[in-house]
Parts: sequence; C-alpha cells; structure tokens
Amino acid sequence: MALRSVIGLYTDEDTAANALDAVAGAGFDKGEYDVLTGTPYPDGTFGEEEPVHKLYRFPLIGAACGFTVGLLLTTGTQLAFPLITGGKPLLSIPPMAIIMYEGTMLGAILFTVVGIIFESRLPRMFMGAYDTRITEGYIGVTITSDESKMERAEETLKSAGAEEVKRGWEQTDF
Amino acid sequence: MQEHVQLTQRQINEDLLSSVLKTPRWWWPAVIVSAAIFLTGIGAFGYMLNQGVGVTGLNRPVFWGVYMVNFVFFIGISHAGIMISAILRLTQAEWRRPVTRAAEVLTVFSLMSALMAAPLVHVGRPWRADLWVFPYDFARGVWINIRSPFVWDPSAVMTYLTASTLFVFVALIPDLAIVRDRTDGLTRKFYAMMAMGWRGTPRQWKLQAVAGILLSALVLPVFVSVHSIVSWDFAVQIAPEAWHSTIFAPYFIIGAIHSGVSAVATLMVIMVWVWGWGKYLKPDHLDAIGRLLIVVATTWFFFFFLEWVFALYTLEDPELAVRELQVFQWPWSGLFVVFLFTAYLIPVPMWMFRSVRRSYFWMFVTTILVNIGMWLERFLIIVPGTMRRGDFIFDWGSYHPSIIEILMVIMTFAWVALGMLVFTKLFPLIPLFDVKEGMVFRDEIRIGRRVVPASIRE
Repeated sequence: MALRSVIGLYTDEDTAANALDAVAGAGFDKGEYDVLTGTPYPDGTFGEEEPVHKLYRFPLIGAACGFTVGLLLTTGTQLAFPLITGGKPLLSIPPMAIIMYEGTMLGAILFTVVGIIFESRLPRMFMGAYDTRITEGYIGVTITSDESKMERAEETLKSAGAEEVKRGWEQTDF
Repeated sequence: MQEHVQLTQRQINEDLLSSVLKTPRWWWPAVIVSAAIFLTGIGAFGYMLNQGVGVTGLNRPVFWGVYMVNFVFFIGISHAGIMISAILRLTQAEWRRPVTRAAEVLTVFSLMSALMAAPLVHVGRPWRADLWVFPYDFARGVWINIRSPFVWDPSAVMTYLTASTLFVFVALIPDLAIVRDRTDGLTRKFYAMMAMGWRGTPRQWKLQAVAGILLSALVLPVFVSVHSIVSWDFAVQIAPEAWHSTIFAPYFIIGAIHSGVSAVATLMVIMVWVWGWGKYLKPDHLDAIGRLLIVVATTWFFFFFLEWVFALYTLEDPELAVRELQVFQWPWSGLFVVFLFTAYLIPVPMWMFRSVRRSYFWMFVTTILVNIGMWLERFLIIVPGTMRRGDFIFDWGSYHPSIIEILMVIMTFAWVALGMLVFTKLFPLIPLFDVKEGMVFRDEIRIGRRVVPASIRE
C-alpha cells in the first residue's frame, strides 16, 4: 500500500508541541507522526515519548566477535607455524593479549557504528515530507499515512498554527 | 565561560558553512603549495626507493632517524582529537562544542602522516612491510610473529585510525544534512548520499547523543593503548638499554597529550584567523585550553623528571652514556636546551597569565613552541639512544638527516595541511548541530543584581 506524508512547519517549540497534541487528538497513531528539528532538544520537549533503542547491545556483540577473531588469529597462526622466537612460549600471553585487546575494541567500535546507523533508521531511501528550512530552525511535524487520511492531516496541522503545510514524496511498502 | 552571543540557526549555518559553500581566494594557492610540497616529498620517496636507504643519513648504529621521530610525533598529535573530543564530551564540558571536530579531523590526518612516516617510509622497502603484518603467504605457510612490537603497532594504529574516522563520520551526519539542504545538483546528491536520509527526528538525535558518549568511551581505551604500544616499540627492544623503562607508556601518553592539545590550540587560532570564526572560538575557549595545558604540561614534565631520576639513580653505563650525549655533546646539547625551553620553560610560565591565555597571537606562538619542543624530545630519545656509546660497543657512528629525509619530514606536515584544507572545503570543521544545541541549552539567570549566562543540562 502506498503511503503519503505531509509536513507542517512551525517557528517555535510551544506551537510545535501543541501541534503534536492536536495530531494525536485527531486520531493518528503514534507511529504515524513525528517531529523534525535541526538541532537536538531535550527528550520530551514536544511531548513525544522517549525513544527506545537497543544500541548498547551492539558494542557487546562486536567486542565478543573481535575478541574471538583476535584469539583465533593469535593462537591459530602461531600453531600453524610453530616457530620459537626469543625463547618465548609459542602461545605467549602478553603479546596475544595486545592483539586480542585491539581486536575486541575494533569489533566493539565497528558494531557500535553499525548499531547507530541501524537504530537511527538509516539509510532512509525516501525522505518523505521534508523542508530544507528545518535545518534553519523551523520545527516540522510530519504525518505519514495512507492517501485517504491526507486531507485530515493537512487540516489538523494548519489549524494547529503551521506556517506552511506541504505534501511529501510518495513512499512505497516493499 | 562568561562570553555568550545568542545566534539563530540560520546565522550559524551562514557562518560555519562559509568554508564549504564559498571558496576564498587564498584557498587554491594554499592547496597548490601544500600539494607541491607533498609531491616533492613523494618524489624524494621515489628516489629513495630507487636508490636504496643509503641516500638517507641512517647508518650503524643509528638506524632510527627522523622518520621514526616523525612517526612518534604524529601519533602524539593524533591524541589531540580524542583527548579534546572524548574526554570533554564525557565530562560534558560546554566549551568543547566548537572544538571537537577540528581536533578529531586533526587526529585522522596525523595518524595518516604517522603511517606514512613509519611503515611506508622508514622501512625502506615498504612492499615488504605488509609481510610483517599481513604475511598470509599461504604458499610458504609463514604467519605473523605476534611477539614483535611491529605487529602490535599496526594493529593499534589501524584500530585507532578506523575508530577515529568513524567517530568523525558519525558526528558529521547531521551536518551533512544541513549542507545537503543548502546545495543543489550533483553536490546535493553527494551530500544527500553521505547524510543517508537524515531528517532530525527525536530518535535520530537521541541516538546521536548516545553515540557521542558510547564512541568516546570506546575510543578512549584505544587512545591509551596506541601510545603505550608505540612506547613499547622502544621499551621492549634489546639493544638501546636506555630505553628499558617501565614508565615509557604513561610518559609517552602524557607527552602525546601535551603536543596534541597544543596542536589543537594552534589549529583553533588558525581557524579564527583564516575563517573568521571568532564568534565561535572565543578567548574563553583558549583560556580553557590554556588552563588544561598547564596541567598536562606539568604532568608531562614530572614524567620527564622521573625518567631522568631513574636513569641517574641507577648509574648504569648505558643510561649515563645517553644522558651525557643529550646534555654535553654538540649538537644534541644545543637541541636539548631548545627542547627544554620550548616544551616547558617558556610556554608554561606564560600560560600562567590570563592575558596570554586569552590572546590568539600568544597562544599560537606558545603552542607552536611546544610542538617544536616535543618533536625535539622524540629526536633526543631516538638518536642519542641508538648511538649507544659504551664499553664494548665499537660502532661509534653519528647521524645527520639527509636532504631526502628532510623532504619527507616536510611532506608529512604538508599532508596534514593539505588534508585539513580539503576537509574544510568539503565538510564543516565546526560541528553546527553541537553549536546549535549549545544555543538551545543556553540561558541567562539573575543572581541578585547580576544576570549571568547559564547552561542547562539534562
């Protein structure tokens, strides 16, 4: 089913927060509306719920993977070519620990970055309703729903004091 | 932090995107000069590859020269980004906002210069260097020798470079969206692709904030490990006995922070002078960084003093031989005096004065002095260290860098300059969203009859 989106632009935080209340009052589901800003605001500034994420799991998984790769690399390669150097044991813990440590950290960081992108719902193929003035200080309230609800969405945003309301590009369910 | 000017988001966009959306007249000549110096260094490198390392001043017993000095120096500079960005982010220091990205980008280009200095240039035959690190020569079944510091080093530096680059990229995404919204045509497509469809939802901002904290916390241990491992390149060697020091790791780390934070202060002044960002990088910022530098420099000086105490207390011949070379033999003695004065004795007493800390000119001069001193410090550890004049040592050679080496040293500096210039043309060097967030969180409160700026924190 094809989705449409509409955006209302507001100049201050209070009007945008009221607009969000109006949208919720007009019967739109939580998943159908969102706020767009050009700068971070404290959680709940517009009355929105605090976003829930699972980012903290990513570095843990990454660290475990990185540690395992580091362990396999250091033990496997030394056992595959068992050459005693400097009179040290074949599996010498201190140098192994260095490589495993770096592997662990690298795994944790790589997975964290993947996690940030994934949890931020990026990359986003369709921008939906958007206005470049958002990165200039305007606050956008968007409603993404099916075509039949678009007129009601526009009405709600306008009556909540939007300086301008415009429709966005079409989104498609894959 | 008493100075505050409230700016609108539009003003911030106009000011801070000036480097991306406009090209000042000096930019192309600066790029051409940096590129020409860099290419001259590449030419010298090609000549060295063709003729062999005999064209350098390296000879028995000094096999580590200015290439290794440069390697350690640039690894040190690279500590700037994480020191400024991660630690100040974790401690929620408000003055970090306009400084973080420049420091992080300096980290990335300095690390590249470090990699250029050691694995590429120093080894003489770089195509063989990969065989130490990635010797997956399946035909012979020979694997890496993980007991060698020359395997620890690339693993740490590559981890740090990957982490720093990703750190810069993640924090850049919201600003890429701002540039996307102010460009058109192919340029817009480029930034749109890089911004990955960023819209600025509360979820995305929340993740961005958590990412800053989380990545800072993850990069910090890597930052500590990198210079520790670089110090172990020295400390675990058998030959220069004077390097067998247990305090080398913290000594190197604090030295790196000293030179790195100084380099960030230099960069801040340059940003004000060439881009006119004085509204964002105010004397307050320099004052804060100057205070930080006094603490860092004094801690470094304490380790330097300890290093000397340990050396002289034991009265071991190899240690005394190196100290004697450093202090009494020309030209090292002259360099030693220059090093002491430039790295500590001139800048730190000057930073005690508020007027110096708040002066763009004096902070520029003193922080440049620090980096001259810190480069010489590494030189004085490496060259007299490898000379090893003592009983039953019969290679009494000395070292003078050749013109080929000097060109390649200059090349690494030109690379950092070129990298910073190109980055500034493509991406904003001051994080716009961070500065804007600072404006949202700023307010004024009345205390008695005074109105003072305040910062709200969640």
